Amino acid sequence: MLSLSAFTRRFLADPTAIGAFIVVAALVAMAVLAPWIAPHDPYDPLQIDIMDSEMPPSWMPGGEERFLLGTDPQGRGVLSTIMHGTGISLLIGIGAVIVQAFIGVSLGLISGYRGGWIDSFLMRLADIQMSLSTLMLAIISLAVFSAAFGPEAYAQYAIFFLILVIGVAEWPRYARTVRASVLAEKKKEYVDAARIIGLAPRIIMRRHILPNTLTPVLVISTIQVAEAIVTEAALSFLGLGMPVNRPSLGSLIRSGFEFIFSGSWWITLFPAIVLILLILSINLLGDWLRDTLNPKLRRGED
Amino acid sequence: MHILAFLIRRSAQAVIVMLVISVIGFSIQDQLGDPLRELVGQSVSEAERDAMRDRMGLNDPFWVQYFRFLGNAVHGDLGNSYFFKKPALDVILAKFPATFELVIGATLIFVSISIPAGVYCAINPRSLLARAIMGGSIIGISVPIFLTAIFLIWIFAVELGWMPSYGRGETVTLPWGWPTGFLTRDGLAHLVLPSISLASIMLPLFVRLIRAEMMETLGTEYVRFAWAKGLTARRVWFVHAFRNTLLPVVTVGGMQIGTLIAYTILTETVFQWPGMGFLFLEAVNRVDTPLIIAYIIVVGLIFVVVNTIVDLVYTLINPMVKLPGAQG
Repeated sequence: MLSLSAFTRRFLADPTAIGAFIVVAALVAMAVLAPWIAPHDPYDPLQIDIMDSEMPPSWMPGGEERFLLGTDPQGRGVLSTIMHGTGISLLIGIGAVIVQAFIGVSLGLISGYRGGWIDSFLMRLADIQMSLSTLMLAIISLAVFSAAFGPEAYAQYAIFFLILVIGVAEWPRYARTVRASVLAEKKKEYVDAARIIGLAPRIIMRRHILPNTLTPVLVISTIQVAEAIVTEAALSFLGLGMPVNRPSLGSLIRSGFEFIFSGSWWITLFPAIVLILLILSINLLGDWLRDTLNPKLRRGED
Repeated sequence: MHILAFLIRRSAQAVIVMLVISVIGFSIQDQLGDPLRELVGQSVSEAERDAMRDRMGLNDPFWVQYFRFLGNAVHGDLGNSYFFKKPALDVILAKFPATFELVIGATLIFVSISIPAGVYCAINPRSLLARAIMGGSIIGISVPIFLTAIFLIWIFAVELGWMPSYGRGETVTLPWGWPTGFLTRDGLAHLVLPSISLASIMLPLFVRLIRAEMMETLGTEYVRFAWAKGLTARRVWFVHAFRNTLLPVVTVGGMQIGTLIAYTILTETVFQWPGMGFLFLEAVNRVDTPLIIAYIIVVGLIFVVVNTIVDLVYTLINPMVKLPGAQG
């Protein structure tokens, strides 16, 4: 483990980490403050005028001061929709990771501590689920949900479905990470001591072993948020995610895509740049965190 | 003997996975599809409907209906597509060649680039080019596949007009009824952008994988021994080290089939490529339940078959792999 001051020192010595952190912090601040700083409210029908649709960015001929990055086909300012959309993307990304971590850490603890058939069963299930791939599982489950609920009801609760599906689909990554550290911790004396004084397995798992497995959980969480955001964007792009009237970055790109052919590139390009910046800087930050906190844990090795 | 036991065990596992998939497929049908609504109009009375329901076995218990579904599925009967009014399996399989050729195109691209790039990065990890490749790979991982596809269309199809932006172009039908785009100029031109998109997402993954495996092999005893024998660098790298890198790369690569299929859905959607993934999304929008289920089962089968073959190849080639009994 690293002391806080050593951690800060290493962080300040790495320009990539600082840059990535600044970008993430700026985007998060932009998303959180969107209701106050966005020039328009894209959810307020009174502020949307269809006459404003498909206007180019303000520096191009035909653009207007009011809409810095132009407008989309419905007449909403691209800048405002991006600000709000980033928030929805982040909300789903972080929400899904909380679900993943909760399920994965619990099952990983049980799997590692109990061993035996529970362990074999859970790990086999994890293997199969991982090889099916998150995106595939998510596409199929959401396709079934949207067919079952009908498009209207589905669009209303899309945010919960997305968090739930991306959360459930990725539990194996946490379970494996936690299980590996539990197996290492279980052999140590403090666990024997706890068992000898007669503590219940539940208490030993939660109070004694769990705190010692949290570093790798923290390390993978950063990259998991980036992956959850990509997955959400892909699902929304396919039309299985957030609806057009409450768009995430993915659904903004979806609604702008067909207008590329008529030359209105700004509707797609700006949300795309924000999405890439967000994912790239979270990934860079995650890679840095992994190298700093736990040089042994490598991405793709699990 | 061991191989036979392994084969039986692995096939049993494949069958179990397929059974689970079929239960899921059937429950979807049970929840979503009311076959009666598709067959009769509003004018039929409630009593008549009930009688028809009974005759069609729709009031039977879940398991009875499931086994009927399974029996039909084994014979290749997955019901008729509501939209196409044709057997769902035939509709899906007619789109298989398009998806398959897209995957082949992408594989050709990423294999021919990732092997030299990964090997180079492992041999010269500190060189400027290797760092640039590794830095590029993290950017590559961070750009979602549908954005790569959109950017390619925007630049090469819309702005420059060099490449077609959608569809498969002209195809030639091979004697066994397989329409191929590989034999016409137009077909090949249509294949370029979708293949690059699909390859772009697999490429960074494989560069990193090959680099990591190759570096590990370069640190082993037998490679050091090969150096000590005074073999040329070329021989050590390519005959001793690289060959042993291939095995884990093929295995991990084979395991990516689920991811690859998911990415074909995205690529096909952007390019309106008339493959299975594009068809599946259309089926979802039309709530064409038999077609949705047929897709899930066909994809599940492809997935299980590929995984079993990869496992088997791995077992046959690598004498060190643990056979059943020792933690399968």
